[in-house]
Amino acid sequence: MESRSHRFKENAAAALANPVLQANMRTAKGKFVDKRAIAIKEIDDFEGTREAAKQLRNLVLENLDLWLEKFETNATARGAKVLWAKDGAEICRHVAEIGKRHGIKKAVKSKSMLSEEAGLNQALEATGIQPVETDLGEYILQINNNEPPSHIIAPVVHKSLDEVADLFEKVHQTPRKTEIPALTREAREVLREHFLTADMGISGGNFLVAETGSVALVTNEGNGRMVTTLPRVHVVITGIEKVIPTLEDLATLMRLLPRSATGQSISNYVSVLTGTKAPDELDGPEHLYYILVDNGRADVIGSEFQEMLRCIRCGACMNHCPVYQTIGGHAYGWVYPGPMGSVLTPLYTGLENAIDLPHAATLCNQCGVVCPVKIPLPDLLRKLREKQTDKNLRPWMERAVLKAWAFVAASPTLYALGAWFGVRYLKWLAGGKASIPVLSAAPEWTKGRDFPAPEGKTFRELYAERKAKP
Amino acid sequence: MSSREDILGRVRAKLGRNETNAVAARTGIDVILAAKAQGPRPHVAMEMSALAGRLIDKSLAYSSTVDQIATQAEAPAAIARYLAGLGLPTQAVIWPKLADLDWAGAGITVAAREAQDADLVGITGCFCAVAETGTLMLCGSPDSPAAISLLPETHIAIVPASRIVPGMEEAFALALNELGQLPRAVNFISGPSRTGDIEQTIVLGAHGPYRVHLILIDGE
Ligand code: SF4
Repeated sequence: MESRSHRFKENAAAALANPVLQANMRTAKGKFVDKRAIAIKEIDDFEGTREAAKQLRNLVLENLDLWLEKFETNATARGAKVLWAKDGAEICRHVAEIGKRHGIKKAVKSKSMLSEEAGLNQALEATGIQPVETDLGEYILQINNNEPPSHIIAPVVHKSLDEVADLFEKVHQTPRKTEIPALTREAREVLREHFLTADMGISGGNFLVAETGSVALVTNEGNGRMVTTLPRVHVVITGIEKVIPTLEDLATLMRLLPRSATGQSISNYVSVLTGTKAPDELDGPEHLYYILVDNGRADVIGSEFQEMLRCIRCGACMNHCPVYQTIGGHAYGWVYPGPMGSVLTPLYTGLENAIDLPHAATLCNQCGVVCPVKIPLPDLLRKLREKQTDKNLRPWMERAVLKAWAFVAASPTLYALGAWFGVRYLKWLAGGKASIPVLSAAPEWTKGRDFPAPEGKTFRELYAERKAKP
Repeated sequence: MSSREDILGRVRAKLGRNETNAVAARTGIDVILAAKAQGPRPHVAMEMSALAGRLIDKSLAYSSTVDQIATQAEAPAAIARYLAGLGLPTQAVIWPKLADLDWAGAGITVAAREAQDADLVGITGCFCAVAETGTLMLCGSPDSPAAISLLPETHIAIVPASRIVPGMEEAFALALNELGQLPRAVNFISGPSRTGDIEQTIVLGAHGPYRVHLILIDGE
């Protein structure tokens, strides 16, 4: 997927001015936050479980090369074929080749963010394979001209029931339905046909279990089970950072992922899939491929951003982010929105291509508090900001102001002089009132709030006066 | 250079990998895999009755329904009652493993084969059940194919109380112990399939079953 993150400010402004989006975001916000708050109470030692999850993800990242080899050995021993992809283009090449080898006409897909990174659907169409998204949300996006998702767990959180109803009526050419169950039933019937006729299933992978060479897939709709049970070829596309050591670790993470993502104690379906179907088995794929993807991840290993690779893609950070809650996911411009996206997008697509994202946060640390693997998202955002400054990527005006500030602040005399003028000027500007409604130097800032007027003397002056009194 | 070598090469370089530290790290990995350490566990009462009670409560919370009978031989009649109660068809696709029960005697016509789109009722057993979350664990095999719990609109599962374990950890351990290795398809199922994609409103019966009904066998 091509990144539009460089246009964050325009995108965000458009989102703020869109009344339908604003209403939809307001509905969604409460549901996610409240449900999670209730669900985590079921865990006696939630903090301890988060800490354990953090540790086990760290363990893997610290020796990622060897864990990947371990997974590869064990998966291969069970009949899977492990392929590697450096970038999105290579993912597409691999899938096209697999498709050709097995004479594939149609591929049903359950949600894979990697496939979004790669723009896989367009690439498959170009090679004559029909891709069909089967997650209800992803399907809605696909039939709406391949619209990008706006949330990693709830891809159409930005859409209202009315918008979906209009879309189904137009695309399915059926009488307009206005009830959510009826729309869901209609999608079920359309997609059931595709499940039964597809010869390839493409899925993401929530976790790769090194111990057994398995992939763990977590879904509620059951589409993940369909695409990995019915077609004769199954392709798993997942990032190299998704390895976990053991089945016990999977159990630990499964206490956190559904609760953090949707506020469920467990997702309806957790499938742990290992290898290909036995000759006498009645269902399951005859061929299983893993495509392990780098696309920027390897370079994050060993860096000051390595902690970001612990992410288990639960979406809690965006659900709790005041900025995301207001502008929705599209404004972020690439596959991953919210705080995790503001860290990942610059890391994977280049710091210079996502200049505003590290600033698209108030650093309130709501995300850091809810993250099930304890990723210090505000710290990472701050580090990205520092990097931008080091590399002179910020706009010249901001740089000039900061340079001037640094110069003044480094000299006590200049600083005192500046402050002396400053407080007097601002007091004069307030004209006797307690606050200043509009600052011409920062009109955007005073649009939403007043600037408190100073009393007319600097701290140093007041201090000296008070000290002079007996 | 292959992409594999390229990617692993860069990871190794970033981690400062050399032959000496690789040996130590490999030993470390083997230790971790042998230890199979568990994370913190929520409290689950362990007596059999408590496990069954919790399984029932959690299953109901996940929109499943539960019936309790004394022996497996009573299962066909209990299932027939359930189907009649909801006005559901009495034709069902079943696990070949369950073919020996007296289905005809209960008035149910069964087919022991893989599931097809037209099948409206699917009857399975389970490998075990997890009390912590009210979850069924199904293992695919030639006589317990996976799609029977997925394609039909109604899924009925026979669950012996003796096969209820506290958590997912015990479920995995049981599978490795009894089967020697993880079977190809392990499916944990908690209630009917659902979606909340449109306006975060939960709807049951997304792609899989609309209903999941547990037949809990107390005496087995
Ligand atoms: S950063 Fe943390 S909270 Fe955000 S998606 Fe990843 S795991 Fe979830």
